[in-house]
Amino acid sequence: MSKEPVAVVGIGQTKHVAARRDVSIAGLVREAAGRALEDAELTWADIDAVVIGKAPDFFEGVMMPELYLADALGAVGKPMLRVHTAGSVGGSTALVATNLVASRVHGTVLTLAFEKQSESNAMWGLSLPIPFQQPLVAGAGGFFAPHVRAYMRRSGAPDTVGSLVAYKDRRNALKNPYAHLHERDITLEKVQASPMLWDPIRYSETCPSSDGACAMVLTDRAGAARSPRPPAWLLGGAMRSEPTLFAGKDCVSPQAGKDCAADVYRQAGITDPRHEIDAVEMYVPFSWYEPMWLENLGFADEGEGWKLTESGVTELDGDLPVNMSGGVLSTNPIGASGMIRFAEAALQVRGQAGEHQVDRARRVLGHAYGGGSQFFSMWLVGAEPPTS
Amino acid sequence: MPEVLKAPLVVEFPFTRSLGPVQSAFLTGLRERVVLGVRAGDGRVLVPPVEYDPVTAEEIRDLVEVAPTGTVTTWAWNHAPRRGQPLDTPFAWVLVKLDGADTALLHALDAPGPDAVRTGMRVRVRWAGERVGAITDIACFEPYDGDGAPEPTGHDGVFDDLVTGIVAPARLDYTYSPGRAQSGYIAALAERRTVGERCPSCRKVYVPPRGACPTCGVATAEQVEVGPRGTVTTFCIVNIKARNLDIEVPYVYAHIALDGADLALHGRIAGIPYDRVRMGLRVEAVWTDGARYPDHYRPTGEPDADYDTYKELL
Repeated sequence: MSKEPVAVVGIGQTKHVAARRDVSIAGLVREAAGRALEDAELTWADIDAVVIGKAPDFFEGVMMPELYLADALGAVGKPMLRVHTAGSVGGSTALVATNLVASRVHGTVLTLAFEKQSESNAMWGLSLPIPFQQPLVAGAGGFFAPHVRAYMRRSGAPDTVGSLVAYKDRRNALKNPYAHLHERDITLEKVQASPMLWDPIRYSETCPSSDGACAMVLTDRAGAARSPRPPAWLLGGAMRSEPTLFAGKDCVSPQAGKDCAADVYRQAGITDPRHEIDAVEMYVPFSWYEPMWLENLGFADEGEGWKLTESGVTELDGDLPVNMSGGVLSTNPIGASGMIRFAEAALQVRGQAGEHQVDRARRVLGHAYGGGSQFFSMWLVGAEPPTS
Repeated sequence: MPEVLKAPLVVEFPFTRSLGPVQSAFLTGLRERVVLGVRAGDGRVLVPPVEYDPVTAEEIRDLVEVAPTGTVTTWAWNHAPRRGQPLDTPFAWVLVKLDGADTALLHALDAPGPDAVRTGMRVRVRWAGERVGAITDIACFEPYDGDGAPEPTGHDGVFDDLVTGIVAPARLDYTYSPGRAQSGYIAALAERRTVGERCPSCRKVYVPPRGACPTCGVATAEQVEVGPRGTVTTFCIVNIKARNLDIEVPYVYAHIALDGADLALHGRIAGIPYDRVRMGLRVEAVWTDGARYPDHYRPTGEPDADYDTYKELL
């Protein structure tokens, strides 16, 4: 029996900010979920199941927050699932929800991811002092910076490429009302003059810390037929994992990422991603990850990704726009960041992205990764339903 | 075989919470000796109050005052109170349905022993002397014979000077053991030797050893001494001081592939200006007395390693 086609018919985000002191976690997720339902013109009664994701419980220190969020998300009397794959969780959460519809277990599913970073301590949560181990570096930047240097060595990329990505993403964010950072006076010179934190990563090339939530309503063919606005159709979706560190791991271009993309392209019948995919929302928490993922995802040959960035191909008006929303570099409620990529991809093919809409975006990739580049989740969505 | 190490690991952090409108009113009320519930769509009064109706999912904001007296609906005796619990002498955990409420609130009951507690007994709030807008403003419940209870004043839940946030300290106590393989690695370090383990299947040498190969999924046992010299495969220059690290910035944090190892370990590079550290630099460990790990790695003076010799070890 073939799979049920899956459509995104509702999308909701909060305005991402540094601190939402006016709402509880319940109030935050409710806001995004309410907007997704409103977009789909559905009510709580129309939802068959809820699939929620966030970063480790340790970030906010609420153990299994999904238990207390059931009433805020209308999940009472319905199945509610929690997904947990570190920074990629927003993407894998959406895919678990997708699979419930594709397998015809449920007709319409609400999926949501959130983080209230202002009430959490991610740096501490990620760098617990483990007995007998030598503490050397704190936070994600120090962990990823050596991989960036390895990429620069391997590709021969000029050291300005990272700043070009940051400058682009921050300007894109100005066109996205939900983005956290709105740096109206941003210039390339300012990015390049910002302090070097973990050389080769500068301050302006790192993501902020945000409070925010993102929700989507996923439904089957019948649900899509009733949708008041154009749906986004799932053309392919996949997840892959690998260990954090192992002998032979390619930290610059992990095999799990390549395999994940290949699976998505196979499902969608894509043989030439660079020309058959119109735009990408990818998980870029540090600017250099744009050229790195362009290669990992098959948009450029190994060592060539930076040339797409440098030549302007990934600009909003380029041939392959990347992170039209401003990306993780402009908005990072960690657990939600992957789902925002997926939702922004869907917004593009629905033609609902407003000022950061790409003309004729028919097929757009959403991408997330997490842990020590060890969890990957991706989906490709299209303006037209799948043909097979 | 060396002894397997063990040590306490305490994970502790004061988390902040934004309360939102309903919890904000509830905790502000406790500060003012007023217990508030919220009226749900079906007319029931929920105490403690919630923001969303558990039946209809609608937003609910109709706050109503209930009495500080109530009835125990069920209970469990706590023989040995732990740190941070409401009372430091043995007490009963109770669910109390306050008069005027339709749901029960969890709290502590101060009672001389389990024989003095029963389902259906009447209790009342014992207010804390100093109240700040927290659940601990109710110090505990106490048995109550039914006379002289203050009546609810019909408070509408509107206050000046609202409590909008709380600090919720969390603490987890673990006993951490790094296991057999890492204990052996640490024991060898005490002799200033670096000993990894070779996977019997893929033949890769893991340093530090994990007792198993993460790609082959088989146990590793064959010990292999590596180093003492190695190659910097990649690195970053850390310019921001981390709160929990006593290292002056800038410093170089590097991936170092010790000779004979198939995976780089992480260390600090010194004995060379930070801006002269490079990929391929040959280094060796520098020890300080009494330290478990090398303090840092310094250049050996050998010519740099050729990129092709370490490009798989970044």
